[in-house]
Amino acid sequence: MSLSHQDILRIARLARIRVTEAEAAQTGEQLNGIFRLIEQMQAVDTRGVTPMAHAQEVYQRLREDVVTETDRRAAFQAIAPQTEAGLYLVPKVIE
Amino acid sequence: MINASLKELSSLLAGGKTSSVELCTEYLNRIEALNPELNAFITVDRDKTLSEARAADARRARGEAGPLTGIPVAHKDIFCAEGWLTTCGSRMLANFVAPYDAHIISRFKAAGMPSLGKTNMDEFAMGSSNETSYFGPVKNPWDPKAVPGGSSGGAAACVAARLAPAATGTDTGGSIRQPAALCNITGLKPTYGVCSRYGMIAFASSLDQAGPMAGSAEDCALLLNVMAGFDSRDSTSLQREKEDYSRDLAQPLKGLKIGLPREFFGEGMAPDVAKAVEAAIAEYKKLGAETIEVSLPNMNLSVPVYYVLAPAEASSNLSRFDGVRYGHRAAEYRDLTDMYEKTRAEGFGAEVKRRILIGTYVLSHGYYDAYYIQAQKLRRLIANDFIEAFKQCDVILGPTAPTTAFDLGAKNADPVQMYLSDIYTIAVNLAGLPGMSLPCGFGGDGRPIGLQLIGNYFAEARMLNVAHQYQLATDWHRLRPAVAA
Repeated sequence: MSLSHQDILRIARLARIRVTEAEAAQTGEQLNGIFRLIEQMQAVDTRGVTPMAHAQEVYQRLREDVVTETDRRAAFQAIAPQTEAGLYLVPKVIE
Repeated sequence: MINASLKELSSLLAGGKTSSVELCTEYLNRIEALNPELNAFITVDRDKTLSEARAADARRARGEAGPLTGIPVAHKDIFCAEGWLTTCGSRMLANFVAPYDAHIISRFKAAGMPSLGKTNMDEFAMGSSNETSYFGPVKNPWDPKAVPGGSSGGAAACVAARLAPAATGTDTGGSIRQPAALCNITGLKPTYGVCSRYGMIAFASSLDQAGPMAGSAEDCALLLNVMAGFDSRDSTSLQREKEDYSRDLAQPLKGLKIGLPREFFGEGMAPDVAKAVEAAIAEYKKLGAETIEVSLPNMNLSVPVYYVLAPAEASSNLSRFDGVRYGHRAAEYRDLTDMYEKTRAEGFGAEVKRRILIGTYVLSHGYYDAYYIQAQKLRRLIANDFIEAFKQCDVILGPTAPTTAFDLGAKNADPVQMYLSDIYTIAVNLAGLPGMSLPCGFGGDGRPIGLQLIGNYFAEARMLNVAHQYQLATDWHRLRPAVAA
């Protein structure tokens, strides 16, 4: 498998990372080297093998539906770029 | 005093021979003198450290000291520490002052151990040489032309150069063990889930694990006693009985079965490394251990599997750094997409971008099954290999890294060569097992060599025993670079 220049630009767009044409060319070469390494996986027959998502068999724990955290809004908002009336001000995200 | 072990420092403090303020001052002075060259720390704050030291001395005066109270420790800059700059080695978080403590930071505070500062690291823990840090590379204290390893390179270098008696690190694919090997210190990655990941900036959540880095296995055991423990805020934290990880240190090794995976001893290991590891095996035989050959037949797939799973998880974890929710934000932009794209292009370095792109691709429509699911299935096969091997042996032994520390810049042009630096460590993370690296010799280039031990699930105490007995019989771990003389 080989990623084309257009593939790189498409992936970068999906990842929301701006790349220049020159960066895309260089990145493409490196990614193709990495994917040649990754391709080794395809040679193994894994039919019947259960995918392993975690190292331990963990299950979501449940807890009482009670408040456990204290209100630290002032501390958290102290490091925000902009706040107003206890709310975070962010760039316009709905157009 | 700078070469003392944690146990020795503990005795000095308990006997009133020194105070936490004196101890911290000595380390801070060394940091001031040597850090401009080594670049092992990103943030040092003398006032904060000394204030914590004074509190530790007061606690001791009240008779409330624990075994490590007053002993300072350096923290990898991946851990949120309240009031401290927490950058994760990235421009993206270059101005982030954490408003809360990671779980393990809370535990060190509760033990009365002052923080000496935040150590340098590869950006978002992605790297094997510490060269991807936005704050510049760390120099290996054994040879300033060499890398210290990564991603916990600052932690390894600061312990090796005795800028701190101990440090915390994290290990996603070898990031504690490989730099420990390259800098001649002892580092341990616990079983996945033993240390909470709360407040540790996530790279690949199913692989990341915090662990101690110090001068010896005995010191690592004492530090793990502080770090390990259940935390309800991390859904992958395991609820287990509290353990004393130093309980088995003194056990003799007679009858110990050491598994030597044939896949670890094939091509690819530098002759100097092979010689040092063979000598360590001979030493273990003298100590009464038996060796048996075991096989990890899917070992060769661990690097490819890792470079699908870790970037996949990273691309998801790092999506939060978008200029709205966290971190850097581009100064000028046309619209929302433009802001995201510019922010992430400016905030992330080349290696992080590369891994996000890999992750985005392998998770994208049409490729998910071929890459991500296939990698998860192979992960199962790799873990099963270890389960089979541990039916025959108590501990697995091999090299930590295929070579001694390489020169700065040597592998930057070829990411695949860099990725292969972790060829012996990655499988341990995929399986979730505990592993550690300890000093076992030097190459002809005068650079250190590490020996890797891999334990069964939750067998940290036994693994530490195996390491400690070797360190009682050898002096490799006592050797220090000239800067620490």
